[in-house]
Amino acid sequence: MSKKQTLVVIGNGMVGQYFLATLMASESKGDYHVVTFCEEPVPAYDRVHLSEYFAGKSAADLSLVEAGFFDANHIMIHLGDRAVSIDRVNKTVWSEKDVEVPYDKLVLATGSKAFIPPIPGHDRENCIPYRTIADLDDMLAAAKTAKVGAVVGGGLLGLEAAKALQDLNLDTHVVQFGPRLMSAQLDDGGAGMLKQKIEDLGVSVHTNKNTIEIVDGESCQHKMMFADGSELEADMILYSAGIRPRDEIAASCGLKIADRGGITIDNHCLTSDPDIYAIGECASWQDQTFGLVAPGYAMARTAIDHLAGREQRFTGADMSTKLKLNGVDVASIGDAHATTPGALVYTYQNGVDGVYKRIVVGQDNKLLLGAVLVGDASAYPTLSQYYSNGINLPEHPDSLILPSRSGESVGLGPDALPTAAQICSCYDVSKGDICSAIAGGCTTLGALKSQTQAGTGCGGCAALLKSVLDCELEKAGIEVNTDICEHFRYTRQDLYNLIMVGEIKTFNTLIEQHGSGKGCEICKQAVGSILASYWNEYVLKEDHLGLQDTNDTFLANMQKDGTYSVVPRMAGGEVTPDMLIVLGQVAKKYGLYTKVTGGQRVDLFGARVDQLPLIWKELIDVGFESGHAYGKSLRTVKSCVGSSWCRYGVDDSVGLAIELENRYKGLRSPHKIKFAVSGCTRECAEAQSKDIGIIAVEGGWNLYVCGNGGMRPRHGDLFATNLDKATLINYIDRVLTFYVRTADRLQRTSVWMDNMEGGLDYLKSVIIDDKLDIVQQLEDQMQRVTDSYQCEWKTTIEDESKLKRFRTFVNSDKHDENIIFVEERGQVRPASQEERADLKLAGTA
Amino acid sequence: MSWVDVCSIDDLQPNSGVCALVNNQQVAIFYMPKEQAIYAIDNYDPFGDVHVLSRGVIGDIQGRPMVASPLYKQHFDLETGQCFEDDTVKVPVYGVQINVGRVEVTLDGAAQ
Repeated sequence: MSKKQTLVVIGNGMVGQYFLATLMASESKGDYHVVTFCEEPVPAYDRVHLSEYFAGKSAADLSLVEAGFFDANHIMIHLGDRAVSIDRVNKTVWSEKDVEVPYDKLVLATGSKAFIPPIPGHDRENCIPYRTIADLDDMLAAAKTAKVGAVVGGGLLGLEAAKALQDLNLDTHVVQFGPRLMSAQLDDGGAGMLKQKIEDLGVSVHTNKNTIEIVDGESCQHKMMFADGSELEADMILYSAGIRPRDEIAASCGLKIADRGGITIDNHCLTSDPDIYAIGECASWQDQTFGLVAPGYAMARTAIDHLAGREQRFTGADMSTKLKLNGVDVASIGDAHATTPGALVYTYQNGVDGVYKRIVVGQDNKLLLGAVLVGDASAYPTLSQYYSNGINLPEHPDSLILPSRSGESVGLGPDALPTAAQICSCYDVSKGDICSAIAGGCTTLGALKSQTQAGTGCGGCAALLKSVLDCELEKAGIEVNTDICEHFRYTRQDLYNLIMVGEIKTFNTLIEQHGSGKGCEICKQAVGSILASYWNEYVLKEDHLGLQDTNDTFLANMQKDGTYSVVPRMAGGEVTPDMLIVLGQVAKKYGLYTKVTGGQRVDLFGARVDQLPLIWKELIDVGFESGHAYGKSLRTVKSCVGSSWCRYGVDDSVGLAIELENRYKGLRSPHKIKFAVSGCTRECAEAQSKDIGIIAVEGGWNLYVCGNGGMRPRHGDLFATNLDKATLINYIDRVLTFYVRTADRLQRTSVWMDNMEGGLDYLKSVIIDDKLDIVQQLEDQMQRVTDSYQCEWKTTIEDESKLKRFRTFVNSDKHDENIIFVEERGQVRPASQEERADLKLAGTA
Repeated sequence: MSWVDVCSIDDLQPNSGVCALVNNQQVAIFYMPKEQAIYAIDNYDPFGDVHVLSRGVIGDIQGRPMVASPLYKQHFDLETGQCFEDDTVKVPVYGVQINVGRVEVTLDGAAQ
C-alpha cells in the first residue's frame, strides 16, 4: 500500500478526543492521515466536571487536549466547523464551511445534545441548556442580574447544574418530573436520603413536577407553570432533563438508526456501513445508548482494535457510578432497583448521620447484583469488585454495608481479586497491569500512577490502588527500605521529628544519639537542611559547615569547570537602573559571563573561589543580597508587571511578588522552591507551573500549589480562591512548613503531592480545616524562620575567620592554572578539553 | 621520605577539606577532629576532569572513610584512593602527618 488511508473523525468531544489520543498511542499511529471536525470553537474538554468552571477553573483547566497534540500527531482539526453531510457513495464528508474531505474510514463521535422540553416558553431569554462551555458563559452573563435559578431535571447532570447555580450565588431550585432524584441510579430510599442532604445544603427540591409552560413572572423574570397547578418563579432556567443522541447526520445519509434514537452499531462499533463507525453517546448498541464516558471510551478502543484487524468486541458497559454531588457521596452499582427476578435486598439506613446503603443480591445469596450508597460511599470499591468479578459474597452479605464498630475489616482484600479485575475504570487498568508495573520496579504510589495512569482520572480507585501496592510489596517480600542512608535507620520525616522533639541542634549530636558511623553526603545534607529550616542558624557555622551540599559550602553554584556563579537577589524581578549598572560593572571587572535566568534575575559565571568574597563585598555594599541560588531553598518569585502598568492587570503582582520573596527568602527546604504571581488570568508569570502560584482575580488572589515545570511538568492544583492577602500568606506559611516537615529529601512539591495519601483534599483538610490541629505550630515555625533571616554573604564577608576558607590553596596565593576560559559571542566560557590542550601547547612552545 | 610543611592545623577545616599546592601538585587534605584522623589525596576529580575533590563532603561508607565528589558525587576511599562506583578508577593518595601543630605532606611513594 503506497498511500496512507484517510480517517475522518466527526466530533471532538470527550470520546472523539479519547479515540484520537488512543489511536496515536497505538501501533496504528502512522497508518492514517487523520482529519477531525469540531463543532465547538474549542477542542475537547471535560464535560463531566463542567461545574468546576464556576469554582475557579478556566476553560484551559478543563481542556482534555495536551498542548500541541494535533500538530505533533499531524492531525488536521477543523475547529468551529460542523460536518453537515456524508456522501457514502463517493465517500466524502462536507462541512458547514464547505470543507470537503474524502475518507477511507469514518468515525462518528457526534455525542448528544441536551433535551429541551418542547413546552411553550422554553426558548425565553436566560433559559439555557447545561451542556457546553458556551452555555456556561451564557449562565455567567445571566447570573449578573439573576437572583433565583431553577434546574429542570434532577438527574446526575441536573444536580451538577444545581451546584453551578449555587456557586453563582443564586437561590437554587431543582425541578424533577418523577418522584425521585437520580431515578436511573437510585432507589426510593437512596433518593430520599439524597434529597434530604441536598436540601440541607440549601437547594430546594421539587419532585413530581411536570412543567407545562414558562411565562412572565412577577417577582422574577420567569414563572414555571406545573401540571398540578403549582408554580415556581426564577430568573434563570437550566435544562438538564436528559440527553438525545446526535444522529441527524447519520440519519440523513441513510445509516440505520435505532428505534429509540442513536446510530445502530454492532459489537465492533460498526454502523450499517462497513466503513463507518459510531462511538460514544451517539451510538446505540442493542437498542441501548450510554450516557457515561467509560462506555464511550470502551467503544473507542473497540473501533481502534477493529481498524487494526484485531478481534475485540464491545460487550456492553457497567453503568456503575460513584460521585460527589455538592460534597455528598453517591454511588450506584448494577441492578440498583432489584428488578432481577428473585433478587434479595439488604438495606441500612442511618437518619442521624445521613447514610443510606442498599445491596441487591441473587436468590442464592451468593452474588452481588447491585447496590446504592448515599452519604458514605466508602464501600464502593469493595462492592464494585464483588459485582464486576462475580466473587462469592461472605456468609452474611449485610456485613458489607453495616458499620464496623468492633474494628474488624469486612473489605475485600486485594489478594482476593482476580488478575483481570479492573482497578481503574477511567483508563482500564487491571490488577494484572498494576502487579506487573510493581514487579517492574514501581514501588511508590506516585511511580505507579505515572507508569500505568491508574488513579489519575477520577481518582476513585486511589485507595484500592494503594492497597494493591501494599499487598503486592508485602507478598514479594519487598520491604520498602525508606532509610535515608546507612547511617540512619530513619526517613527524612523521622529525622525531622527527632530533631524537633529532642531539640537537637547539631549533626554530631544527632548521629551520636540516633545513628552510626560518620555520615555521608546524603544524610549530612538532609540533616543540614532540616537544621537550617528548623533552627535557621548560619549555615557556615563550624558545626554545620561540613554538612553543606557542594553549592552551599561556598554559597555559590559550582560549575562544570570548578568555578562558581554569583546570583544576587532581585525580588520579583524588579531592579533599578543604578543597581543594574553596578551589576554590569562588577561583571566586567571580574570578567564574568553574564546571563539572564528563567527566574527573572542575572547570573554571573566564572568566579574563582577566591574571587567570591571580593565580588560579594562590592555587591553588598550597594545593597544587593544573597539570592540563595545555591541552596535547596526559595529561589525566586517571578511576576508579570501587574496592574501598575499593564492595561489588563487586576492587581499589583510585582508588589506581592516582592513581599513574598522577602518573606520566604532563605527558607531551607527538601528541594528548591519556586513561586510566581500573575496579575490577571492571562497568567503571564506562568504561576501554575510553580510550587506556589498566585493569580489575581476580581475577588482577591487564587492560590495554586505543587506545580512544576522542568522534566516532569505538572499544573498546580487550585487550592483556594478569592483570598485576601493575609489569608493567602497564612496558607502559604502553612503549606510550606508542612512540606518542609513531611517531604522526603530532594522531593519537589509536585511529587510530594502525588505521593500524599488523600491528595489535594487531605492537604486542604490539614491547612484550611486544621484537621491535625497543627496550623498554629506551622505558622509559628515560619514566623521564627522569617524573623531570623540573615544574608549569608553579609555574615560571611564580615567574619575574617570565615573568609579563610575562600582560598584556592591553603599555602599559596596562586590560582588553579587549570581554569582556562575562551571567548564566545563576546564573553568567556570554560575551554573544552581539546582547547585546553591546544592552549597549553601554545604556552610551552 | 621528604615531608613538606603545608600549613598550621588551625588552617584545616574540621570535618571538611582544604587544598594545598605541594611541588605544583594539588593535594586535598581532609580532617576529622573527633577521630583525630587526617587524609591526603589528589585534588583531581577524574570524572569531572577538574581539580575540586577538596570541596566534597566527607564521611564513611561501610566503615571506610570517603569523600564524595562535589560535581557528580562519586565516592573515593580516603585511605586508598579507590573509587567506590568504578573499580578501574583510583586517585593518588599521599602521606600526611601533624608535627607539633604543623601539617606536613609527602608526595613520595604516592599510591597510583
